[in-house]
This record gives sequence, C-alpha cells and structure tokens, in this order.
Amino acid sequence: MRESSVSTIKESRLDRLFGALNVTVLLFVGAICLFPFYYVFVISFTTPEEYRQGGLLLFPETWTLVSYKYLLSTSTFLRASGVSAFLAIVGTLCSLLITSSLSYGLSRKRMRGRKQLMFLILLTTLFNPGIIPGYLVVKELGMIDSLWSLIIPVMTSGWYVLLMKGFFDSIPVGLEEAARIDGCNDMSVWFRIILPLSLPSLAAFGLFYAVSYWNTFFNAVLFINDTAKWPLQILLQNMLIDSSTSMGGAAASDTSMGSIPSETKKMAAVIISTIPILLVYPFLQKHFAKGAMVGSVKE
Amino acid sequence: MSLRIRLKNKLLSEGKLLRRDLFLYLLVFPGLLYFLVFKYIPMWGVLIAFQNYSPYLGFLHSEWVGLEHFQRLFSNAEFYRIFRNTMAINLLSLIFFFPLPIILSLMMNELRLQWFKKTIQSIVYLPHFLSWVVIVGMSFLMLSQSEGVINQLLVAFGFEKIDFLTNPDYFWLLLTLQSIWKEVGWGTVLFLAAIASVDTQQYEAAKLDGAGRLRQMWHVTLPAIRNVIIILLILRIGHIMDVGFEQVYLMMNGAVSEVAEVFDTYVYRVGILQAQFSYSTAVGLFKSVIGVALVVFANWLAKKFGEDGVY
Repeated sequence: MRESSVSTIKESRLDRLFGALNVTVLLFVGAICLFPFYYVFVISFTTPEEYRQGGLLLFPETWTLVSYKYLLSTSTFLRASGVSAFLAIVGTLCSLLITSSLSYGLSRKRMRGRKQLMFLILLTTLFNPGIIPGYLVVKELGMIDSLWSLIIPVMTSGWYVLLMKGFFDSIPVGLEEAARIDGCNDMSVWFRIILPLSLPSLAAFGLFYAVSYWNTFFNAVLFINDTAKWPLQILLQNMLIDSSTSMGGAAASDTSMGSIPSETKKMAAVIISTIPILLVYPFLQKHFAKGAMVGSVKE
Repeated sequence: MSLRIRLKNKLLSEGKLLRRDLFLYLLVFPGLLYFLVFKYIPMWGVLIAFQNYSPYLGFLHSEWVGLEHFQRLFSNAEFYRIFRNTMAINLLSLIFFFPLPIILSLMMNELRLQWFKKTIQSIVYLPHFLSWVVIVGMSFLMLSQSEGVINQLLVAFGFEKIDFLTNPDYFWLLLTLQSIWKEVGWGTVLFLAAIASVDTQQYEAAKLDGAGRLRQMWHVTLPAIRNVIIILLILRIGHIMDVGFEQVYLMMNGAVSEVAEVFDTYVYRVGILQAQFSYSTAVGLFKSVIGVALVVFANWLAKKFGEDGVY
C-alpha cells in the first residue's frame, strides 16, 4: 500500500531484519492457529486402535472413515444436526427480516420519534439485566422446550440494529424520491430498491447470524430439556466433555450415544460440526470486515 | 383561527402523517416489540431482586423484601471467592489478551506481500467462528494427561507430564490462552480497518524525514489507531464482570470449581438449577450495575483526557 516513488530510497538493514522477523513470527502465529485443526482432522481419520497405541499421530499409518460412518449412521447425531440446520436457516431469515426492517425504519428521517427510539435501543446495549429475568420471560411465554426459544429471544440486538442503521443511513433519500415519482409506493420502494441495494450488507449480517445460530449452546442449556430437540452443540458437549466431570445441567443424565465414544469418533464429530462454518467462511470473509465496520467505530 | 379548528387541523394532519408513513411503522413494529418484550420487560423484571419472587404468586403479588438478598450476597463467603475469580480471569485477559490484537495488526500491516497478508488473515480469523464446545473439546484432546500432544512433547523433552485440566493452578491461565487462541485474530479486524484509513502521505512524509519502519509504526500508525484502542478499552472495562459463561461452564470440573466459579455460572447454578430466582437476580443486578458504572467512569475518564468516548 505504501509503495510509491519514495520507496526507492533503500531500506535500512534494520528495516530488513525487522521485516524478516515479522514474517517469521506471523508464520508461527499462523501455525499455532492451524495446528489444532490439523490435529483434530488427523485423529478423526485414525483407527481407534492406532490412537490407543499413543505416540504423536501427526500422520497416521492407516486412514479410515470408520468414525465418520459410525456418526452418520447414528440417528441422534443426524437429528441434532437437523435441529442446528433448522436454527441456522430459519433463525437467520427471521433475524435479517426483523433487524433490517427496524433499522431501515429508524434510518428514515420522516419517521417521527426515531431519536427517542434509537436512544431506547442504545440503552439496551449498556444495561444487561442478567440471565434470570430473561429466562423468566421466555418461561412465562411458554417457550421452554420449543425450538423458537432458541430463535426469538436472540433475534436481534441493539448493536446489530445500530450497525445496520448506519448502513441504511448511507442510502440517499433522493433514490427513494425518484422511485416514488416513478409511481412506487413505500412497499415497492422497500422491496424493489432498498432490499436489493442492501444485499451485500444482508449477506454479511446473515452469515454472522447463521454462525451464531449454528453455535447455539447456552440458550439450549437453559431452554431445552427434551433430548429430541437438542441442537448439535449440546450433543457435542455430551460426547466431548465427560459429563461426570462437567457441571451437570441438561447434559449429565442422558448420553443417548451409547457408551462414551472413542477419541476418533469425538474428533470426527468436531470436524462434521465445523464443516458448515468452513463452507460459508470464504463468503463470510469477503463481507465481514465491511459488516463489522459499518458505523461501529463512530457510533 | 379558533383553538378548536387549530386542534382539528392538527389532528387531521397527524392522521395524514400516520397514514403516509403507515408502512414505516409497520416495518419497525416487530423489532420494537422484540426490544419491549426481551429487553425492557427483563429490565423491569430485575425488581424481583427486591422481592421474594414466587412463580405461583407472580411479579405483582410476590412479597417485597427490600435489600435482603443483597445482604445475603455480601455476607456470603462464596461471594468473595466468585468476585476474586471473576476479577482474576478478567485482569489476566486485560493484561495479556488486550494488547495482542494491537500488536498483531501492526505486524500484519507491515506485510508487503498481499497474498501472504490475506492468507495470514484468513487463518487467524478462523478460530473466532468455532463454538466454545468445539474449542474446549479440542483443548481436551491437546491437553489430556495420557495422550495429549502437549504432554507427549513434554515427555519427549524430558519433563514430567502435567495434569492441565484438573489442576486449579493452571485454570485461569488455560482460560486466558483459550480466549487468546479463539479471539486474537478476530480482534485485529477493527484495528486493521482503522490502519487502512491512514493517509499514505503521512508515511511518505515520515520516510522523507528518515523514519524507518519501526519509527513509522510508532509515530504514524499507532497515533492513528489510538481512538479505536481507547473505545475498545472502555468497552472491555465495561465487561470486567463478565466472563464468558460457555467457556467456564464447559471447562469447569469438580477439581477446579474453587477457582472456576464466576458470577454467570453462579447465577445459573443458583437461579436456574436451584430456582432461587430473586437471590440470583440480585447477583446479576449487582454485576450489571458495576458494569454500567465502570463504562460510564471509563468513558468520562477518556473524555477528560481529550479522547472521544463511546457514548
């Protein structure tokens, strides 16, 4: 970025040393970030026998699909994946709809009371009443053991509304006025002008929402007792983390995967549960810097 | 114009405006309803901290007890242990975690090869998107006493095996390292964006003045991102009572509970598992009030030193 006429001035030796050191350290940081992925990946393809023999399994002798075959034939695992997929798809759609419509409305200057409403929303980002009052609201609404309890209470947040409003603020009013002169009413302006224009922003927020729904854990601990409705993360907790040593709660009583699965099966489960994230990651990466940035530094 | 006609006109125009903007109000209605039900009702619901709330009697008919629950909290030896654990974990994170994304983004900014920079970025951002369950599961695989990689390495270099997972001495450190691994790359996003907006002429001017790369970093890049650093520090201080529930809940076991119990897991244990709603709400309220006070204080302090605050 800083290459220019001036850079023809020769770099000092100190600068070159610093550059080399910098690259080395960053390569090391990258390796530390990647190694656990690689190791989990390798273990998931190792035979349980070879794993039990121990040793540093950086490259196993035999690669096997046995752990994956086992998992994909287990109804519990498939059902939990289905629950998480439902949360990710339906939840993301609901979240995008509610977040974008609210923040669009608040970004329009002709909407009266918008300043007061913005203030009230800002206030919710400052004061968090804690777990219990929120839990009681969900309970009173009769949503315990319903998958909606994992979507509706977290559909949007003050931060996302503020960020998205920042995005809509940047759409000029003139554009809408022109459309209105051409005979569009508010609804068609929204569907035919605003939403298509916001697709990149919706994609960014959508991917964030999708990942957070896919990773739903704590709310499921709170609200879901019915093992048939467990999302993937709860099932993973049961498989990965010895329930006798963990704190208890929803997971302790019912393992429903039969005996404690072997390390290789556990890691296969980790890999399968991570695949959807790795699949959306390239798209995510293209958008998230923008999505995370819109207005966030200024507001 | 008589008052009556004026009033009539006003009502008429109000009605017209309402009808004109009906679609906007329809758009914002579900969102506002969400904030009312899931943010404002719970805010009002914290009042049960001053009641003996009983689900059968409901909020309106439960008995008011004043500060009884707070007295119980402050006279409880457990409270001081939880407070200590929460502060210790957060101070470790403030000291070791907070500066790292800044350093890392300065370093990534110095990379000249764009493809290399992009690759490193993709790699360091990735752990942020994993769930805590997966990360704790990975940690167990890496750290287990019998087969874990770390212990294998320790043995290979002639050290004793260390029981990382059930040793209270390592618990706080382990949490800090996990958080660093998960979030350090992600933490660079904002800093890198702020660095990218620095005027390149400033670097050229510094170069002409004979500044090497380190001096440019110190005198141009760092001052340029000072504002972002301060904002993030304020927000971080506001969360000094928060320790990620999921991480602690998943990492906790009988051997380490003495150093592991923090406010959020305590509220969960007492409130949800033992259904002591009022007392645990009081605990949560205490925590939230301290959090708000700290944000307001840090913000005030930042403004006093001539910086932009958050609010």
